[in-house]
Amino acid sequence: MGYFLFFLLAALCVGSVLGMIISKNQAYNALFLIVAFASLGGLFGLLEAPFIAVVQIIIYAGAIMVLFIFVIMMINIRTGIPPEKKKWTLYLSLGLAVVLIIELIVAIKAAFTLPVSTETLEAGPVSLGRLLFTKYLYPFEITSILIIAALVGAIVLVKKKEKV
Amino acid sequence: MIPANYFMILSVILFVLGAVAFFIKRDLITMFMSVEVMLNAANLAFIALTRSAHSLDGQVIVFFIITVAAAEQKKTIKTEDIKLMKG
Repeated sequence: MGYFLFFLLAALCVGSVLGMIISKNQAYNALFLIVAFASLGGLFGLLEAPFIAVVQIIIYAGAIMVLFIFVIMMINIRTGIPPEKKKWTLYLSLGLAVVLIIELIVAIKAAFTLPVSTETLEAGPVSLGRLLFTKYLYPFEITSILIIAALVGAIVLVKKKEKV
Repeated sequence: MIPANYFMILSVILFVLGAVAFFIKRDLITMFMSVEVMLNAANLAFIALTRSAHSLDGQVIVFFIITVAAAEQKKTIKTEDIKLMKG
């Protein structure tokens, strides 16, 4: 049963990302991505992380994708602006691709020797929240500064637009 | 119980697909979407390793990644708006 669910959700996720690559329409791309994120939420649930699964569905498939669709509706363009061509990006991307492939091969080889623990992990919101407010208190506070910075940045950018 | 390496391989596939989409796609919105796909591949790897390492720290990191992605979202959308208005 678990394996069946895993392969179903994995196929759904990879298939919808492939659909996003193939499709040209931005609105369809966003809808494909919602399917991918929802199936990833299912996978997180399969990995005994129920809280992260719920957060994934609410924030990613809900909030972030709604924002995407909102923007797509506001600026209604099909093709987008073509980026300028640069020669050096080709060589840079080739080099990066080689590095990425080597890294991934190493990672996959290491993944096969992972230990398999049979105990169940207690990953409810209570234990997660306790960890978040004790061990990770400072990162948590820094995140709030980051969000304020993003908000202020967005407001500043909008103001500039009105002047121009 | 499904072994963690299945999830790791799925995460690798998703990350590569996201990277490919980032370089193939022309429009900015879809490029941001492929960045989100790559972030999610990292999240999947974190959660899979959380289970096999038997500690909750990875899930907290995933929480932070989701928050940062949401914050980044706001800014990129506004930036894009401006670029389109000018262009």
